[in-house]
Amino acid sequence: MIEAVGLTKRYGDKTAVYDLSFQVRPGAVTGFLGPNGSGKSTTMRMILGLDNPSAGHVTINGYPYRRLPNAARHVGALLDAKAVHGGRSARNHLLCLAQMSGIPARRVDEVLGVVGLHEVARKRSKGFSLGMGQRLGIAAALLGDPQVLLFDEPVNGLDPEGILWVRNLMKSLAAEGRTVFVSSHLMSEMALTADHLIVIGRGRLLADMSVKDFIAANSAGFARVRTPDTEPQAREKLSAALTEAGGHVLPEQDGALRVTGLPLPRISDIAHDNDVRLWELSPHQASLEEAYMRMTQSAVDYRSTTDQKAGLQQPLPPGALPPVPVPGQGQPGWYPPPPPQQGQPYAPAQAPAGTPAANPYAQPAGQPGQQAPQAPAAPAAPPANAPSADDLTKPEDAR
Amino acid sequence: MAATQVVRSEWTKIRSVASTVWTLSLAAVVTIALGMLISALSKAEFDNLSTRDRLSFDPTFISFAGMSLGQLAMIVFGVLVVSNEYSTGMIRVSLAAVPQRGTFLFGKIAVATALALAVGMATSFAAFFLGQAMLGEHKASIGDDGVLRAVIGGGLYMTLIAMFSMGVAAMLRSPMLSLGILMPFFFLISSILGNVDATKKVGQFLPDQAGSKIMQVVTPIGDDTPYGPWGGLGIMALWVVAALIGGYVLLKRRDAQ
Repeated sequence: MIEAVGLTKRYGDKTAVYDLSFQVRPGAVTGFLGPNGSGKSTTMRMILGLDNPSAGHVTINGYPYRRLPNAARHVGALLDAKAVHGGRSARNHLLCLAQMSGIPARRVDEVLGVVGLHEVARKRSKGFSLGMGQRLGIAAALLGDPQVLLFDEPVNGLDPEGILWVRNLMKSLAAEGRTVFVSSHLMSEMALTADHLIVIGRGRLLADMSVKDFIAANSAGFARVRTPDTEPQAREKLSAALTEAGGHVLPEQDGALRVTGLPLPRISDIAHDNDVRLWELSPHQASLEEAYMRMTQSAVDYRSTTDQKAGLQQPLPPGALPPVPVPGQGQPGWYPPPPPQQGQPYAPAQAPAGTPAANPYAQPAGQPGQQAPQAPAAPAAPPANAPSADDLTKPEDAR
Repeated sequence: MAATQVVRSEWTKIRSVASTVWTLSLAAVVTIALGMLISALSKAEFDNLSTRDRLSFDPTFISFAGMSLGQLAMIVFGVLVVSNEYSTGMIRVSLAAVPQRGTFLFGKIAVATALALAVGMATSFAAFFLGQAMLGEHKASIGDDGVLRAVIGGGLYMTLIAMFSMGVAAMLRSPMLSLGILMPFFFLISSILGNVDATKKVGQFLPDQAGSKIMQVVTPIGDDTPYGPWGGLGIMALWVVAALIGGYVLLKRRDAQ
């Protein structure tokens, strides 16, 4: 159990973390989310007693880290995978950490096997890839078989197989009743791994809730409706009719309409009643990534601006049109909807392809289907050559 | 308990990187080889010396002439042992494993000091005997008055130089900054301050100027140094203590990065 109360950290006149209070409970993976520079790493360093808070305090099992008896056997942490002397072999790196905490040397070989580095154990860590460095850092965190684990961006630089491995490792550690606190700036990753979310931006707490609640609160579904480009008046007509029927209509960049609050069959009926032809009527789920970005957009420290390329571009020849900007680029507050073919970025790797897809628009109104992209209790994955006919009946987003 | 764990771990850290072996071997080789060379040259020059210089001729001290360069390698060793933690970011991992920062720092310094002492003593004795062999008929014997004290003192001097560097590196954290200050200071500035008349009164209290007094057996004519050999080493030890306390206080108070 990690508990922070009014945690504040100032560096000179810059406040990195402000009045942060939260609890990280055992038996669950708690995701710690925030944009770059939002104070995640600073908070983790304060939990480990490395940085002194300017105000407030943080405890592990009721003790500040520095007074925790046998701290290294209680708490394991991966803070920075690069924090290794490049001239030292992986085994010696872990060995000196083990000796520091009074852990027997055979445990070093065990964790090297767990993270899959036993074959390069005697190689200098200088030559390690980013992914191998992350594995070495995870091995260091596991050394003391600790009850509390902290991981700062553990999947950085890992290949898909490694990401899956880390995800399962976190879940199994939590299932053993340990406290697992994982930071990331990727919502999509956390939606798959974590049970609980703590979101911060500019050092302040933005959300502290279970992933389920976060999804329910933040990912509303919508329908994309496209009328023939050749008939702008039809679009206006449909838009007015949908609004009248209680829907919320938002025009998109390319002329389509984003409709919320109406199920798909109802939209089709309204269009038919108004004698408007449709070129597209498709269900979409606003991604968690989108919800997260909306939540943190005011708290992003480093934002890209449009590249003006001043003086670098040749003047346009007379009569030529300036290039059309890509929709969404350089427009604050506009997030593109998920591309139709991509599917949900946060869908579990072992996607429950056999489960009936819950689509809010395919159900009668008044019964908002709750699509749970993160499905911890998902039924076992069907055979690899799952019925493709089943796939065809499913909305594209659920795949 | 925690202290023995730190000592074992620090020993692993030191022996598992190549830079330790390199810097310590360099310190020994440079000190011994340069001492032999200057001893050989002094022997050849002895007949040309004035009477006054012949009376000040100190064969023991001459065989330690290589220490002015060899100590630089000792400084590099002392700096790297401490600042490697900071330059690699390992300090955060180490302090998470050993939250008692005093135990961590002094455990590290104890291990590095023991190693520096072993190498320093071996170097000092080797430099003495090989230097005397070069000096031929002008040589001193280990049984002569004050000679054994000077040879042991030479080993202590190298150890204290390494410890001082560890203290400075613990305060400054960056290896480049630490070396950039310590190397020119001990190679140039200190010897200039200690030998120019105007600054001599202050310069002779600098760590290396005071500490090297222990290696002198024959006091030069007209020498008015206000401290003896052990007094000089004591002054150097005070500098070392100050540097280590400074390093400890800063480590204790600062954020670990």
